[in-house]
Amino acid sequence: MNQHNVRTQHRVQSRVRTPSRPADQLHEIAWRLSREIIEMTTKAGSGHPSSSLSAIDILTVLYFGGILHYDPDHPDWPNRDRFIMSKGHAAPGLYVALAEAGYFSKDLLPTLRQFGSPLEGHPVMGKLAGVEASTGSLGQGLSIGLGHALAARLDKRNYRVYVMIGDGEADQGQIWEAAMAAAKYKVDNLTCILDHNRYQQTGPVSQIMPTLMPINKKWEAFNWAVFEIDGHDIRQILDAFNRTRDVHGQPQIIIAHTDKGRFLSVFNQEKTSHKHGVTLTEDEAKAALAELDQQYEQYAREHPSNKDKGKGA
Amino acid sequence: MGIGQNIGLKMGKATRDAFGEALKELGSENRNIVVVDGDVGNSTRTEYFLEAFPDRFFQMGIAESNMVSVASGLAAAGKSPLVASFAVFLLDNAYDQIRMGIAFPNLNVKLVGSHSGISIGEDCPSQMAIEDIALATEFPNFTVLVPADEPSTRAATRAMFDHQGPVYLRTGRPKVPVIYNGNGTGVPFEIGKANQLRDGNDLTIIACGIMVAAALEAAEELRQQGIEARVFDMHTIKPLDQAAVERAAAETGAIVTAEEHLLEGGLGAAVARCVVEKKPVPVEFVGIRDTYAQSGSPEQLLEAYGLTPANIVESALKAHSRKNR
Repeated sequence: MNQHNVRTQHRVQSRVRTPSRPADQLHEIAWRLSREIIEMTTKAGSGHPSSSLSAIDILTVLYFGGILHYDPDHPDWPNRDRFIMSKGHAAPGLYVALAEAGYFSKDLLPTLRQFGSPLEGHPVMGKLAGVEASTGSLGQGLSIGLGHALAARLDKRNYRVYVMIGDGEADQGQIWEAAMAAAKYKVDNLTCILDHNRYQQTGPVSQIMPTLMPINKKWEAFNWAVFEIDGHDIRQILDAFNRTRDVHGQPQIIIAHTDKGRFLSVFNQEKTSHKHGVTLTEDEAKAALAELDQQYEQYAREHPSNKDKGKGA
Repeated sequence: MGIGQNIGLKMGKATRDAFGEALKELGSENRNIVVVDGDVGNSTRTEYFLEAFPDRFFQMGIAESNMVSVASGLAAAGKSPLVASFAVFLLDNAYDQIRMGIAFPNLNVKLVGSHSGISIGEDCPSQMAIEDIALATEFPNFTVLVPADEPSTRAATRAMFDHQGPVYLRTGRPKVPVIYNGNGTGVPFEIGKANQLRDGNDLTIIACGIMVAAALEAAEELRQQGIEARVFDMHTIKPLDQAAVERAAAETGAIVTAEEHLLEGGLGAAVARCVVEKKPVPVEFVGIRDTYAQSGSPEQLLEAYGLTPANIVESALKAHSRKNR
């Protein structure tokens, strides 16, 4: 057993994967993963497509933009960077990213939420490679990430820990307990990403808990390094992740302004009656996929040279 | 407390002290052990570990939810974390964090709850854990330990770290009589295996924690009345030593349980379920009956809430009289 482990370690050192795709390819990946989110949640008939879509550009950059160090063939590699999806209802977003990264076959995606599938309704640690924590009870992932970050320091390892939380999730007191403790321990290997999609289960954040704002000032007051970006702008996301690495002696938060549903009209919270945690009908899904395709085609038209390069033409 | 002195037991340290000393000892043997505190280390006695290994001690402030989830992350990253607080704050305040971050993913986190039961005395019910055994045994994957005295708490602390997986260990505030010889290494302590402290065939007393000394005293009194009681220290509530319970039921025909905990969901409930499943015989229960206690001296409280050797004797006579009816 030990011998095997030693061998594995050696192999891993030389096989670490940190895919670093150019921006136009990241656009293409985000488009495909968005399609997969719609397809899998529509088939499942339950789940949280809009909460996954708001996060998908960030997840794309994290997994395929050269940010996260990981090896899908060795998911327990001790030096891997950790990503914890604390807003566990965005599980479909995490699953499509993990499948794209090669943690498991995409054939599993249609089994989302089915009896016996490792793709459970919320992420379950130990069931599926690449899932670093069982989440779904909001507020806990940042503390768990802090535990990983402290362990890295004790073990003199240089891995980084990324935790994605929701804006509604920040209603939880534990988020602020973790914020305090992480700043106290100056864990600069911990980066929080706030998917600020402005809506929680029963209404907009501005109504449910208006005093959550100004949220950037709160994190600043807790002595975190704060970055604020458009969470659908690939270059801004890349830039923010790269800049967090240069922060020393402080945990960092990227407040990513996003749209719950990634601008698809069916999810428009002002103009439609779409609810949090509700999947699309077959017809709605068809329209949403067409709209996604249009969005991507428009991007490709506007960035022709990039697209050609991306195709390797 | 006076329990056990009538039968010549000498007073030892509190179980929280024994735990704290054992933890420090284990800390030097196992560099992977880390401690997470919620600003009560001088009460739980993790302060001994802090003095010896400050780099492996994380002070999270008065924030139990974060404290427990941080331990979850430390365990997921391969460390061997121990979290200690007052039992009531640890289990009640961070219940969901224990459920999601430790029990469900079956992570190797050790939880120690001090100030359990009503024998903490004057601090009043807000500080008294009388539901903790029920709360902890409820979790799938959990092991629940309630040691009786100083030497067995040292042994329990060691056994807890030898065990891979989540454990809840219950300690107490007051000094308790010494039941076992040795300093911890010579004490029999196998998780899931009850220690038989006294043989007898008329009935069996199954106790845990401070009630073990009370059970021994009760057994002596019962002998005066011509009843030979078998006495078990059931230091592991989960997994329960079902074989010992079944054998006791079959061989002695009546059982009394004794615990410093609510009767709901504690040792008695676990034993009763086992008895009903394996070998139905009369069972009587000594424990706290559906109420919170109040401030007072430990002696006053144990008396007022029915946790004395005399209460065990009374229940034993009742159980005995129900035999073969």
